[in-house]
Amino acid sequence: MTTYPIDIKVNGEWKRAEVTARETLLDALRNRLRAFEVKDGCSQGDCGACTVILAGRAVNACLTLAVQANGKEITTLKGVGTSENPDPLQKSFVEHGAIQCGFCTPGVVVSAKALLEANPNPNREEIREGISGNLCRCTGYTQIVEAIEDAAAHGRRGVGEREDA
Amino acid sequence: MPENRTRPAYRIIGKAAPRPDAWAKVFGDTAYAHDYTVPGMLCAKVLRSRHPAARVLSIDTGDAEKLPGVDAVLTAKDVPNNETATRFGQTHQVGGFEGLYRVLAEKKIRFKGEAVALVAATSEAVAEEALGLIHVEYEPLEGVFDPVEAKQAGAYQVGEDESNVICSYKVRKGDVEEGFKLADVVVEQTYRVPMVDHAYLEPESGVAWLDQDGVITIRSATQVIEHFRGIADVLGVSHNRVRIIAPMLGGGFGGKEDITVETYLALLVWKTRKPVSLTYTREESIRSHGKRHPYVMRYKTGATKAGKLVALEAELTSDAGGYVYLSPWVLLYSTVGATGPYDIPHVKVDSETVLTNNTFSSANRGFGAPQVCFACESQLDELAKQLGLSPLEIRRKNYLRTGDALATGRVLEHSVETEQTADRALEALGEPSGPSSPTERIGRGIASSMTSYGRMTFLHDTSRALVSIEMDGSVSVRCGLQDVGGGQASSLAQIAAEVLGVPMEDVTVYVGDSALTPLAGTTTATRLLYMSGNATKKAATAVRHSLVKKAADLLDVDPEELAMGDRQIYSAGDPDRAVALERVVKACAADGIPLYDVAQFNAPARELIDFQTGQGQVFPDFTFGTQAMEVSVDIETGAVKVLKIVSCYDVGQAINTLSAEGQLHGGALYGLGYGMMEEVVLDKGNTLTPSFAEYLIPSAVDVPDVKTIMIESGGGVGPFGAKGLGEPSCVPAAAAFANAVSDAIGARVCDLPVTPERILKALGRF
Repeated sequence: MTTYPIDIKVNGEWKRAEVTARETLLDALRNRLRAFEVKDGCSQGDCGACTVILAGRAVNACLTLAVQANGKEITTLKGVGTSENPDPLQKSFVEHGAIQCGFCTPGVVVSAKALLEANPNPNREEIREGISGNLCRCTGYTQIVEAIEDAAAHGRRGVGEREDA
Repeated sequence: MPENRTRPAYRIIGKAAPRPDAWAKVFGDTAYAHDYTVPGMLCAKVLRSRHPAARVLSIDTGDAEKLPGVDAVLTAKDVPNNETATRFGQTHQVGGFEGLYRVLAEKKIRFKGEAVALVAATSEAVAEEALGLIHVEYEPLEGVFDPVEAKQAGAYQVGEDESNVICSYKVRKGDVEEGFKLADVVVEQTYRVPMVDHAYLEPESGVAWLDQDGVITIRSATQVIEHFRGIADVLGVSHNRVRIIAPMLGGGFGGKEDITVETYLALLVWKTRKPVSLTYTREESIRSHGKRHPYVMRYKTGATKAGKLVALEAELTSDAGGYVYLSPWVLLYSTVGATGPYDIPHVKVDSETVLTNNTFSSANRGFGAPQVCFACESQLDELAKQLGLSPLEIRRKNYLRTGDALATGRVLEHSVETEQTADRALEALGEPSGPSSPTERIGRGIASSMTSYGRMTFLHDTSRALVSIEMDGSVSVRCGLQDVGGGQASSLAQIAAEVLGVPMEDVTVYVGDSALTPLAGTTTATRLLYMSGNATKKAATAVRHSLVKKAADLLDVDPEELAMGDRQIYSAGDPDRAVALERVVKACAADGIPLYDVAQFNAPARELIDFQTGQGQVFPDFTFGTQAMEVSVDIETGAVKVLKIVSCYDVGQAINTLSAEGQLHGGALYGLGYGMMEEVVLDKGNTLTPSFAEYLIPSAVDVPDVKTIMIESGGGVGPFGAKGLGEPSCVPAAAAFANAVSDAIGARVCDLPVTPERILKALGRF
């Protein structure tokens, strides 16, 4: 099958992949670029497990063609933060018990990141709206909403400052 | 935080402990089944029947085999032992309970989506193309799709030689006819509940290969690594030639309790001698893997004017679908649980599970409990309404209490705090969100449940754990458990850390390898914490004894005086008299004292109950709880908004309050989805809802925050007095939702889910 080269900046690093015309961004990320933190829960745009930030917007990677991402910047969960330099969202998710099986987590955290970048001070309703495209079967969402609310408060105080500090 | 009891002074147990596995997950480092690759692995696909009922006349795989890139095409004739049963880990063989199924279809097709052939090829695209080149000739048959119809004489026969009725049970207590004579009010109703999907975010998936010794090694998303025995039996190899490794699961909920991809992978690896991977599509998962049983339930319940229940009669029919799988066991749970957490003097329950040509049903969170809870709790509210009592009043008059006997004669010897959970749940709803308006009606409902934890006692369940302490004082726990995401491994780390006086981060837990970790049974039946928690505590305590004995020598004090904490062993009366744990470990090692213990925990073992009367003990213990909801119903459209949810449980003792609360949160919504929106819609065996666009589960905007209340009675049979929460936490929510809607609209919907259409019908507006 004919393939085309695309260049995408994944988590700050330019990468080249050979993809077919109909290949989804999800398949390219997982199968070609080994970005296994991007999860495949339904391949149909219903569950949100494959959410990534593409050119500043949270999208379902399974509903995006890989070629559409050519020349663009993508943030996956690993681009949100790392164990050496965690994002407040990541710490907050762990501390609030907002993670159970964790399969939805990469998508939820990425959606939350996109939400907070657009709206650093969301209310609980806006938080629920912001993650409404991400299904979670384990947590019941309450602890996720609390984690995002807390991370937002943390972000407003500035990195490294804690309420109790 | 949990309340209610003078808490023993634990260092780590009962705290909100962020889970070690959560860090890996939040940084994207967890390798789930689908995230694992083996060099040179083939991709497998499954050919599935397009008919729900048909005779297989011929299968021609020639064209598919010739396609370049195809390594193997397998059909039933390639499976050494094609008829098999779901069995796992029980030490006791129980006749009449075999969960029979076929690996690949032969003779008759029994449901749409049944596996007919397997392909392994060099890529997914080639495997997909090969499926299209397999020519199967079917003779479509009429089939039967309604369980009540399927049990009538002369109904279409789903299998070849067995009756459609798989099994039946009875419970008999007192004299139900006499009981109804004592009743001032009797309500009678038929309830129907739908087939539902587990809807875990991670579809069924695995990779398998032959290791250097020729052992078939399967790394798959499973709740049961002990399926290695059943898979070996299918292949006709000895049990120690198949190994299963369970990575972190992306959710299980009972759907990864039966074998999913494992046998297919093993067959293909055996045939090709190459590594093979297989992941179901979401559609394949919804169409062809096990579901929660639909039930038809006729209930009749009588009470006196004072509100005391005097008689209950129930007839339960469950739809097993095309194969037996775990249907007899699920039905037994429903039968024992049919009377709810209530003391009723005269009881008659008759139940049957029936084969149809629908998608097969098997284990799903709650295992037969949510169905009967909905029916029973609806009856309680109907009686209350007729008697002019509040839902809480009628329940209070009838709750079972410690020392009371169930309808099966089993005496509840451990703590029963149902009434307190109901009081607290209702109280926590607070003031109503607002008055009803002519079109927006506010309503409230509660439902209570008694749900078992631990497997059926006639299975003689066991678990094992190995706890060892390393030369630097760090601790390893090895336990053949499967972590489905509820914090299973993390809870064992906490238990070992508590017993051995180290911080939780000093403990590493190795899980889920049928060859290398001591076998610990299934992560099902809300048994993990109970069984493996007790085994871990037992092993850790044995290690502690060795260490304390050695420390007593070193410190020259009585071992009885010593405590462990902060990586030290010290005199409780004189904490300055202390020795570092590391030093004690080294001293033990020098003297040849074992620095590990492998312990087995045995659940109470009983014989089979009497199926004609239902009398006997089926479960080790129960968890009691109540869920309360407030809803607003738009009576013009039937749309319902859930305004408040409270979930209150006696958890016994929370091991990790974050994880325990997590179960209460997630369980409440799993149950609410069942009540409000979830249904696998079937038309003559054909699933009309094969994606998450049609099969709807609650999203973040469909539900409010859940308020959780944990009571800690300390009265469970798990470690430190813990009870199990995984399944119990989801059971009453659907019933509480239906009761709240009924309170709002003044009419009852008797079928789940309680959809806007059904609400308008109940109001006579549709």
